[in-house]
Amino acid sequence: MFKSPASRQFLIGIKDGLPFHIVLWPFAAIFGAIATQAGLNIVEVMGFSVLVIAGSAQLAALQLMTENAPTVIVIATALAVNLRMGMYSASITPHIGKSSLLTRAFAAYMLYDQPYALSTIKFEKEPDLSVSEKLGYFFGVAIPLGIGWYALTFTGAVLGEKIPTDLGVDFAVPITFLAVVSPMLKTLAHLAAALTSVVLVLALSFMPFGSGLLVAAAVALVVGAQVEIWMEHRKAAS
Amino acid sequence: MIEATTGQIWTIILSMAAGTFLIRFAFLGFVGDRPLPNWLLRLLRYTPVAVLPAVVAPMLLGQGENAFDPLRLGCAAATIAVGILTRNVLWAILIGLGLFFGFGALIG
Repeated sequence: MFKSPASRQFLIGIKDGLPFHIVLWPFAAIFGAIATQAGLNIVEVMGFSVLVIAGSAQLAALQLMTENAPTVIVIATALAVNLRMGMYSASITPHIGKSSLLTRAFAAYMLYDQPYALSTIKFEKEPDLSVSEKLGYFFGVAIPLGIGWYALTFTGAVLGEKIPTDLGVDFAVPITFLAVVSPMLKTLAHLAAALTSVVLVLALSFMPFGSGLLVAAAVALVVGAQVEIWMEHRKAAS
Repeated sequence: MIEATTGQIWTIILSMAAGTFLIRFAFLGFVGDRPLPNWLLRLLRYTPVAVLPAVVAPMLLGQGENAFDPLRLGCAAATIAVGILTRNVLWAILIGLGLFFGFGALIG
């Protein structure tokens, strides 16, 4: 069954995704637990994790709902948190855009941080992979993590108050983001983009609904690309 | 406690689901296999390093309740250092989380 190149990549994706399970499982369980404690029933809790499948937006929505924020504000904030995934969509399209509409729709459904980040690392290292191999890898990371996300949300919702929610798991997800980004800081351009992103997001923290993140990220993209161009010119000139 | 009605809760869930899907589908669905211009591809290569630090920085250095926590800052620095030195995501995660929960348990 696992003989084709695409299914080999699927297995590699499963393997590369393993360390992220350590982090996503407790995160999902805690979402399930606090959502239940806040008064949502199991179907509603699972509705979030299965239909939305975006942890930080789900937590943001839950937070606002417990503060009894207006429905429109809850939706707007949660979607603002997810807007960065529009950049993921643009960035992964050159790699897997040549697949069927149904496949792309399924990939879009699962285009959350971890599969996106691991796939870009992989596709940059091995640019000669075919479209089906790239899809195999992407889904190899995304599907098991997605199933874990559903299952542990359910477990958390059922166990409710038996789950301790103050273990510091809030910090586990940022750690994985740093772990994903730091190996990418291999050129001056990448370093400049990352620094721009950090400085600007802090400077723009007054902007509503976390929208400073989008401005910071957009400027950081331009800075990265511009530094890359400068470095190429310098190389050509020397 | 959440006081929203069942109708409001499902409005939130379904709007978030549809909105999030459309955001993720925007380019994959509507650009598909049409070639993107080179300047855009060059920009997009920086997506992870432009987005993820901006997600993490406010938690560490912003106004959140856990910002400027020495334990978190130290573990973040260790994760970045291991990531840069080993170029290995797994090692960076294991060492970052190991330090965080290890020291966290010691300090209590």
